Formats: sequence, structure tokens, C-alpha cells
Amino acid sequence: MSAALNYTLHLADNALVLGQRNAEWTGHGPILEEDIAMSNITLDLIGQARLLYQYAAQLQGGDTTEDTLAYLRDGAEFRNYTLLELPHHGPLVGYAQGELDFATTIVRNFLYSALMALLWQTLQKSTDTTLAAIAEKSGKEARYHLQHSRDWLVKLGDGTDESHQRVQAALDHLFPYTQEFWTESAMESGAVDSGVGADVATLRADWDRIVDSALAEATLLRPVAGGYVTEGKLGIHSEHLGCLLAEMQSLARTLPHATW
Amino acid sequence: MQPGDHIAAAWALLDQVCDPEIPVLTLRDLGILRAVRKADDGQLEVVITPTYSGCPAMSQIEDDVRAALAEHQINARVVTQLSPAWTTDWMSAEGKQKLKDYGIAPPHSVKTEVDVVRFAANPPSPDPVACPQCTSLNTIESARFGSTACKALYRCLDCKEPFDYFKPY
Repeated sequence: MSAALNYTLHLADNALVLGQRNAEWTGHGPILEEDIAMSNITLDLIGQARLLYQYAAQLQGGDTTEDTLAYLRDGAEFRNYTLLELPHHGPLVGYAQGELDFATTIVRNFLYSALMALLWQTLQKSTDTTLAAIAEKSGKEARYHLQHSRDWLVKLGDGTDESHQRVQAALDHLFPYTQEFWTESAMESGAVDSGVGADVATLRADWDRIVDSALAEATLLRPVAGGYVTEGKLGIHSEHLGCLLAEMQSLARTLPHATW
Repeated sequence: MQPGDHIAAAWALLDQVCDPEIPVLTLRDLGILRAVRKADDGQLEVVITPTYSGCPAMSQIEDDVRAALAEHQINARVVTQLSPAWTTDWMSAEGKQKLKDYGIAPPHSVKTEVDVVRFAANPPSPDPVACPQCTSLNTIESARFGSTACKALYRCLDCKEPFDYFKPY
């Protein structure tokens, strides 16, 4: 696999997996406006994933299509950050299901869109003109998502005792997963070396500034990141990705030639 | 017909094709229709650009373009072009007026803040949005996301009407 293909799949899997997760709010939003917001953010993410998979399919050639990449690959072939596949609630044993927790959703969207607003902007200068074009569009959307999640982070953090406590708990749970953003991988350095990818290490100081200013406004404490560093982008996932894919892929796998 | 005539005829036909979600606007008003040209292989090519990455209307738009031309025996290939990325600044003045008459507040021009860190902490404050019903500027945003990807929901504090605002993109 070429460096460009691997890297494009990483970006595509990030967008698809978070899009699929956020879609769980459709019809279940805490208020109607947020139900619509979450569905719209999902549409943007899945739209970005489609553009990226279409490009990846072209790079791979043969019978590959955007659909075979999304629906017919197994968990170990996915290259998304582990952060994005976690359920919308705090840590529970094994596959136990909790209720959808809006604070978890908001914190994750904030941490991810803060990274992507920076990453897409840098990728506009990619030597790969297709990726640069996708980055130009996606960057506009990531900024809008960042504004939305940041607003809610401040509202919840600087809100009632309960909202503050819940959003702090979500932050404490999710923050260690962001360590994965910054670990080096052959997949990313291969793309950086060929001019296709962006070096995330150069974005870290700006990401810290975005996060710290929002947390200060939200009266939240920045957790100390530490402990196990996840490796979803290398294909080593949590147990949650399998459940997510099973739900997302079951129809396409049961009826492989279905059209609508 | 000469090739040039085909291009002119195609433009004339495509000028009638409307957006499936906002039927008062043509694709040209929206800035989605970028070019009609003759490709190197002699085939007529219609170039369109997607709006939001996830806008579900895009494949419908592609079909509508092909159908409008096919109805008049014009064979064309529809090409999607991603860059330069679509922006609401491409919307024609006529299109903005039509939107307003339809009850949707047209988009302001896009404010570019290049520095993402500054943007995150202090997003450019949006100019007041005029109510499409009573033109009052005394309006507030009810929700950042609206009924379609391209709109936000607003409310007029004078005439009390809720309305859609076409987001600058």
C-alpha cells in the first residue's frame, strides 16, 4: 500500500467512525436543536469520509469502491483513533451499555475538531492535490463543529454543579486517549516524508492553546494525560469498534448487492 | 450545431435547473454550476462543485443536470470539481434576492480568520442578520444547525417569526 493510500484511509476511518457514533443521537437528542445539530455534524463527517474513500478506492484500483472500504473491511484494518470509537458514556466493564451521555459527546467532538481544524488547514498545502482539495472543504466544516462543541463545553463546564461535574468526568475519561494523536507512526511519517501528510507534532502547541483557553473559560481542569497510549491508528482497537462495525456493516454484508 | 452552439444551448437549459432543496434558486445562482466546456475527447462536460461534503442533494443535482440535457438530446458528462472549494460568496446577487423573497435570510460574506487558535477563542462575531419578513435587525440565533446542512435557525424579536439563515461557508 502506498503512503498516500494508508494515510487517506486513516483520515477516512476517523471521519466515518465518529460520524457513525454521533449518528446514535439522531432521534435521541437532549433537545430538538441538538438532535438536528448532531445529525448535521454526522452528515458532514460521513460526507468527508465518502470523498476520502472515493479517493482511496481510486488509489487502490481494481474492484475497490467507497462501499467496499466502508462496509467490507474488518476492525483490524481500520486506522481511526481509538478515541473516536468509544461509546457515548464513561468507562464500563467490557461490552456493558450505558445511557448516551451528552457531555462525553461534546468533549470528544471538541478534542477531535480542535485537532482537525488545524490538520485540515495544514493539509491544504499537501502535495497531493486531491487531499488538499478535500482538506479545503473539510476545514470549513471542522471549524463549525469546533465552534459548536466549544460553546457547549463552556456552557456545561460553567453551568450547574451537575453539568460541571459530568463534563469534567467526561474530560478525565477521554483526555488520555488524545495521547494517540501525538505518537509517531510509520503510516503518518511515510505520508509526511512524501509531502502528502501533515506532521501533527507541529500542530501540538496550537492544539494545546485551543484546549487550554476553552477549559479555562469552562472552569474545567485539564487532566494529566498518562497511562496506556491507544493504538487505533495502527489497527489495534478497543472492544467497542467491533460492535460499532457490526451494526454499521451488517446490512451491506447480509445483502452485498443491495441498492436503493 | 457547432460545438460552441452546444455549449450555449447547454447553458440555456441548465439555467432552468433548480436546487432540489431550495427550488427558488437555480444551480447557477448558488454557484454550484462552474463550467460547461468541450473536453479533449470532444465530449461536452458540465462541471459542478459540491456544497457541504455531506449534502444529500448532490447526487440528485447530478442526475437533474444529466436529465435536463438528455431531454434535449444533449449528451454530457458531469464532472465534480472539489477545488476551489465552494463558498456562499459565489451566490449571485439575484440569487440572494430570491432567497430573501422565499423567506430565507441570504448569507453574509464569509469572514476569514486564518489563525485557528484565535478563531476558536474569538470567532468573528456575525453581522446582524435581517429578518426576511420585516427586515428588522433585532434577531437572534436559535440554533447553529437548521433543517439542512446549509442553514441555521434564527428568530426575529420584533415580528416574532422564526426563519432560516443561509450560513456563510
